[in-house]
Amino acid sequence: MTTPWFKFASPATFYPLAGKMIPWFGGAAALLAVAGLVIGLVVAPTDATQGDSYRIIFIHVPAAWMSMFLYAVMAGWSAAALGFHTRLSAMMAQAIAPTGALMTFIALWTGAFWGRPTWGTYWAWDARMTSELILLFLYLGIIALRNAIDDPRRADRACAVLALTGVVNIPIIYFSVYWWNTLHQGSSVSLTRAPTMAAIMLTGMLVMALAAWFYAIAATLIRVRTIIVERERGAAWVAALREVRNA
Amino acid sequence: MAATLAFAPAHSDTAWPAVRWAIVRDVKLALRSRAELGVQLLFYVLVASLFPLAMSPERATLALIGPGVLWVAALLASLLSLPRLFAADYADGTLEQIALSPHPLVALVGGKIIAHWLTTGLPLVAIAPLVGLQYAMDEQTLTVLAAALLIGTPILSLLGAIGAALTLGLRGSGSLLALLILPLYVPVLVFGAGAVEAVRTGLGASAHLSLLGAGLLIACVGAPFAAAAAVRIALD
Repeated sequence: MTTPWFKFASPATFYPLAGKMIPWFGGAAALLAVAGLVIGLVVAPTDATQGDSYRIIFIHVPAAWMSMFLYAVMAGWSAAALGFHTRLSAMMAQAIAPTGALMTFIALWTGAFWGRPTWGTYWAWDARMTSELILLFLYLGIIALRNAIDDPRRADRACAVLALTGVVNIPIIYFSVYWWNTLHQGSSVSLTRAPTMAAIMLTGMLVMALAAWFYAIAATLIRVRTIIVERERGAAWVAALREVRNA
Repeated sequence: MAATLAFAPAHSDTAWPAVRWAIVRDVKLALRSRAELGVQLLFYVLVASLFPLAMSPERATLALIGPGVLWVAALLASLLSLPRLFAADYADGTLEQIALSPHPLVALVGGKIIAHWLTTGLPLVAIAPLVGLQYAMDEQTLTVLAAALLIGTPILSLLGAIGAALTLGLRGSGSLLALLILPLYVPVLVFGAGAVEAVRTGLGASAHLSLLGAGLLIACVGAPFAAAAAVRIALD
């Protein structure tokens, strides 16, 4: 136990650490979002073929990336929770799920708004859209399972098993949907953009992706602090917290 | 039910007697309530019969929607039958006794999954070609339909067992089970219906059937362990 990493595996020590980290990640997310939006909405030129509607990618692509990345992170915490029986790992997995679902929803919603002027339809059964929709169902399933179980310890482990089952299945689902899509759909609709994306557009997208990442970290930490206080409310150190005493 | 549990064979060092015991017991129990199994098959036929009424009885339309309809109905029938897998044993405490037995839980759960498929999946494979006739399918398509269901329905039972175990004893577990399991069924649906569709359009079904087979192998290796873990979680 000499490694300082294990020190923060306990909710009691992680709670104040998370509290200290939130302003940094939240502030960085806000600054990056402002910078990214300025680059995306002001600096970046209008696209030659898609007009201004392409600008939705500055929200859409980061959200789509985060939706998949967060599921992997959630599955990682779930594996840690099952493997090491650490309460905090399960709490992290629980805290990530709503943000992941939100990102998935944003990716789908903005995709629909982009598809309307570009493809002429809000929804096409494109491989990526379909697998993103299934990803949303997977997130909602985990949240629903969590809500259906009263005992938090059982909920932790049940959700961990479900998250790990899902993470094994996601590549298979993606592959199957892609296969199905290539068989069923003509080339009328294609997500492949022009191969050369202007450097300024790429910069804007990457800055926004960083903003989404930091936002996700900050939101998860805020949520995990709430979960810690709720689940550890019987512990003396929680009762001694200033925010608990004043509440 | 407790009497049937006095099984502990002397050579308990191997898991196979446990698998066999679970299969025999669950099949026996299922055969004692044949009406329930019959209702399940009837559900399949009924759902499949609704689509022509909702759309159009033209042969071209039927041939087009047939593979998808028969597979979606198979998914729903599987979903409907999943609570049978553990719920009764959980309610009367048998599942707890099973988990306490010296045999590996994964073997007993695996046996239960096999029994579940034998009593719900296999009858569906047998009856699907008959329903397929309603959808203007020719012999070759019907053969592929049966083959795809033969490979695909065990995957449904295997994956479904995880969801059935996770939702044991929960509020509104039926609809929750649908939310948990149907997204995971998507690849089976795609390749299963795709196989039938491919042979109908003259492409040949071997690629789809191979992928289904690969999926079955993966599910066989992983799902019983996940389901056994989920059973333990539910019993804690």
